[in-house]
Amino acid sequence: MTGSGDTSKDMDLKLRVWRQRGPKDDGAMVEYDVPAVSPDMSFLEMLDVLNERLTLEDDDPIAFDHDCREGICGACGVVINGIAHGPEVTTTCQLHMRSFTDGDVIDIEPWRSGSFPVVKDLVVDRGSLDRIIQAGGYISAPTGTAPDAHAVPVPKDDADAAFDAATCIGCGACVAACPNGSAMLFTAAKITHLGLLPQGQPERDSRVLDMVGQHDAEGFGGCSQIGECTAVCPKGISLSTISRLNVDLLGALRSTYAK
Amino acid sequence: MTADSYHVVGEPIRDTKAPAGDIKDRWDTRRFEAKLVNPANRRKLSIIIVGTGLAGASAAATLGEAGYQVTSFCYQDSPRRAHSIAAQGGINAAKNYRNDGDSIYRLFYDTVKGGDFRSRESNVYRLAQTSVEIIDQCVAQGVPFAREYGGLLDNRSFGGVQVSRTFYARGQTGQQLLIGAYQALERQVAAGTVDMHTRHEMLELIIVDGKARGVIVRDMVSGEIESHFADAVVLATGGYGNVFFLSTNAMGCNVTANWRAHRKGALFANPCFTQIHPTCIPVSGDYQSKLTLMSESLRNDGRIWVPKAKGDARPAADIPEEERDYYLERIYPAFGNLVPRDIASRAAKNVCDEGRGVGPGGLGVYLDFADAIARLGLASVEAKYGNLFDMYAKITGENPYQTPMRIYPAVHYTMGGLWVDYDLQSTIPGMFVTGEANFSDHGANRLGASALMQGLADGYFVLPNTINDYLADGPFVPVDETHPAAIEAKQLVEDRIATFLAINGSRTVDSFHKELGQIMWDYCGMERTDEGLRTAIAKIRELKAEFWRDVKVSGVNEELNQTLERAGRVADFIELGELMCIDALDRRESCGGHFRAESQTEDGEAMRDDENFAYVAAWGYGGEDGKPILHKEALEYEYVEMKQRSYK
Ligand SMILES: Cc1cc2nc3c(=O)[nH]c(=O)nc-3n(C[C@H](O)[C@H](O)[C@H](O)COP(=O)(O)OP(=O)(O)OC[C@H]3O[C@@H](n4cnc5c(N)ncnc54)[C@H](O)[C@@H]3O)c2cc1C
Ligand code: SF4
Ligand code: FES
Repeated sequence: MTGSGDTSKDMDLKLRVWRQRGPKDDGAMVEYDVPAVSPDMSFLEMLDVLNERLTLEDDDPIAFDHDCREGICGACGVVINGIAHGPEVTTTCQLHMRSFTDGDVIDIEPWRSGSFPVVKDLVVDRGSLDRIIQAGGYISAPTGTAPDAHAVPVPKDDADAAFDAATCIGCGACVAACPNGSAMLFTAAKITHLGLLPQGQPERDSRVLDMVGQHDAEGFGGCSQIGECTAVCPKGISLSTISRLNVDLLGALRSTYAK
Repeated sequence: MTADSYHVVGEPIRDTKAPAGDIKDRWDTRRFEAKLVNPANRRKLSIIIVGTGLAGASAAATLGEAGYQVTSFCYQDSPRRAHSIAAQGGINAAKNYRNDGDSIYRLFYDTVKGGDFRSRESNVYRLAQTSVEIIDQCVAQGVPFAREYGGLLDNRSFGGVQVSRTFYARGQTGQQLLIGAYQALERQVAAGTVDMHTRHEMLELIIVDGKARGVIVRDMVSGEIESHFADAVVLATGGYGNVFFLSTNAMGCNVTANWRAHRKGALFANPCFTQIHPTCIPVSGDYQSKLTLMSESLRNDGRIWVPKAKGDARPAADIPEEERDYYLERIYPAFGNLVPRDIASRAAKNVCDEGRGVGPGGLGVYLDFADAIARLGLASVEAKYGNLFDMYAKITGENPYQTPMRIYPAVHYTMGGLWVDYDLQSTIPGMFVTGEANFSDHGANRLGASALMQGLADGYFVLPNTINDYLADGPFVPVDETHPAAIEAKQLVEDRIATFLAINGSRTVDSFHKELGQIMWDYCGMERTDEGLRTAIAKIRELKAEFWRDVKVSGVNEELNQTLERAGRVADFIELGELMCIDALDRRESCGGHFRAESQTEDGEAMRDDENFAYVAAWGYGGEDGKPILHKEALEYEYVEMKQRSYK
């Protein structure tokens, strides 16, 4: 494997990768030696190089999800040495090999959660997150009905906080990291984003009830405020979003029962 | 003009269906004259939309809400991951909230001029008109645009213009706009009006009685080849920048849907018009899988320079002010660091070709924030660009707050695409094309923050008004998988897959893709010549033959097989690459992103040839071994005077 010319910092690594042919097959960890890895490579480029070799050796290349490779689409994501997205707090695609040292043994596994069935190798099905959004993660604003954008000013602090929550990329690392397998950080990020904006108020109660209902129906676990989710979240979504969700949920339940 | 030996000339295109009359009224006229479909009938009409980026998701949400039965496809595991998510800098709109002299006419003018007079006036004017509504729509959906302390929306300026009309959400504008459209789409999925199929890749178009009536898709998990039918088909499948292998596009961006439709009769317009973006992180090694864009918005505050002396290898900090060449500010004093992308890219290439480039291999220039930090303070620079600086630091291991960024041009966007008329309908009746996949609005060069605008204009506002006109004649005769056209299309897909798997050669798909990319970059990149393009065509033909002889695709069809997916895309890229070179060869002028070395002014600027080349080159498929057929659509300018662009 060749790098940018300077090979003095290249590393020899051993990978142990979860291989699983399909959803119904058993999986196992399989070992691969990967020599001469440049520290400037991204983690996924390291897997690309291994896959090129596997293809030529008539072995099945390792399947993994990825697309933008810029940390924004949320497609990538594997557990690296027991940590969702690996040792740096970033997406797997933005992890670079300079975070590792020569001789390292690296374990690579898919997101583990009953609500994310394995499709193949490191690829899982995260459709459950889309269904949580379907349940209410939107503002109903049919095309063409909008008033002028300046009709409703939004205080900058609210707009900024809504933006911070809205940066969730739907990667699912929070679920993979949570001992309860909860998707509460993901759900709360959306509740916070929309609940902070004036446009989001009319549906605020139904949104939280429906989204949390769907979250539970998908089999995600409850939140007991452990905080593993936010520790691995590549976008730094804060636990305070979950407090907000709880406040909204209580409020919504109260007004539902009051009716 | 005579045809070269690579193509033949067909009938010109005379009618683009734009209404006559004052440009200000044309869109109103079209909306009024287009047939309507009453709400009860919409339920009986079906639309397939391939793609869930800004152009596809916005269309699916709007048409689903309108009551049509929509079926949507994307190749990712969720519609939210479409490549639009990666757009950073912003979206233009002629709101004139800054009161700095902006107007619909000015946005129109800037876009026509920025596109170097190779786009259609009628379409661009409509785009500028619609831009205003887009921002309203997005705000209503909860898109958290940047705001000022008074609670009103903030703006920034972008390359090629002198007003501040760009709306943004930190460096993640595409993400926020797409999430808005995605949420609207998911709302329709819940309402049952949109049937969403993720991890499904379109591999063929089904044409019945001359009309687009369906698609063949592969379920990327099970490998099943499925046929889907509808009264109309919309392709919102994005751009083809990955023909260069290295680009700022997401890894899966491809031309397959468009190319398959082209082979079935859709004209492909201006394929050689590609945009090379000036501010990307330079290549670091041959394992490199993609290039990362540093948003153009950085040029608002960053200053671009190289050392005055050739081969000056001192660290940036050791090069004194008087030994630095801020070449954009020097050559283009009026626009400085904010010249359009094609100009900034070529200028970077020129200084590197002179041996004044910086960083490994000398393929880089500095983008320096020292002055901005001194002027605005660290905190304010961080608030504006923090996420971009972090991304740069992660990728390069260098701290851009302390040392200047190193940047180099990279392939970014494709102005070319499937030919569409004013209604966004392709030359195949019933097939519409939206977003980056069509060719319509950006001419030979797209201005920053205009692709998001176009994608959303097409999907929220244009297509939902024009597709009615076509559907009003439906529902068309029902078709199902037993129709000979459907059987044939499915067979084509199955045979192709079987061929890929049977070749069992000695080279990987990626090795072919990289080789193709290198040919395209060397000969059909920032500078193109007659000789180079002919060389490229010969090389691509050899590569194509070798691909079909020697590619190695492992595994089987009946499971998730990412190598098989890529093989299909690369096979189509190879054919597209050849057409791009043929198009570039035919266009013996320089315009926008297309720079023919033979056509330049004395001081090295692009020289257009309006007398001979003021046309859209719309290419027909010439058959497996035949020659592509060039249909010319003449471009006329009534509202903007054609002149050589000058940003000096
Ligand atoms: C890094 C980057 C930054 C950018 N920044 C800006 C910016 O600041 N401002 C701006 O205006 N523009 C920007 N652009 C350009 C802009 O993002 C794109 O042009 C635009 O988002 C394209 O949108 P789209 O909907 O046409 O296509 P895409 O978003 O590319 O969506 C394509 C869709 O088609 C689907 N698809 C493709 N092929 C198939 C197939 N065969 N079968 C099934 N589905 C398929 C994909 O799954 C996806 O859903 C940027 C581009 C890049 C690369
Ligand atoms: S909350 Fe964070 S970890 Fe969870 S899906 Fe969103 S970005 Fe990923
Ligand atoms: S590949 Fe898009 S976030 Fe990693």
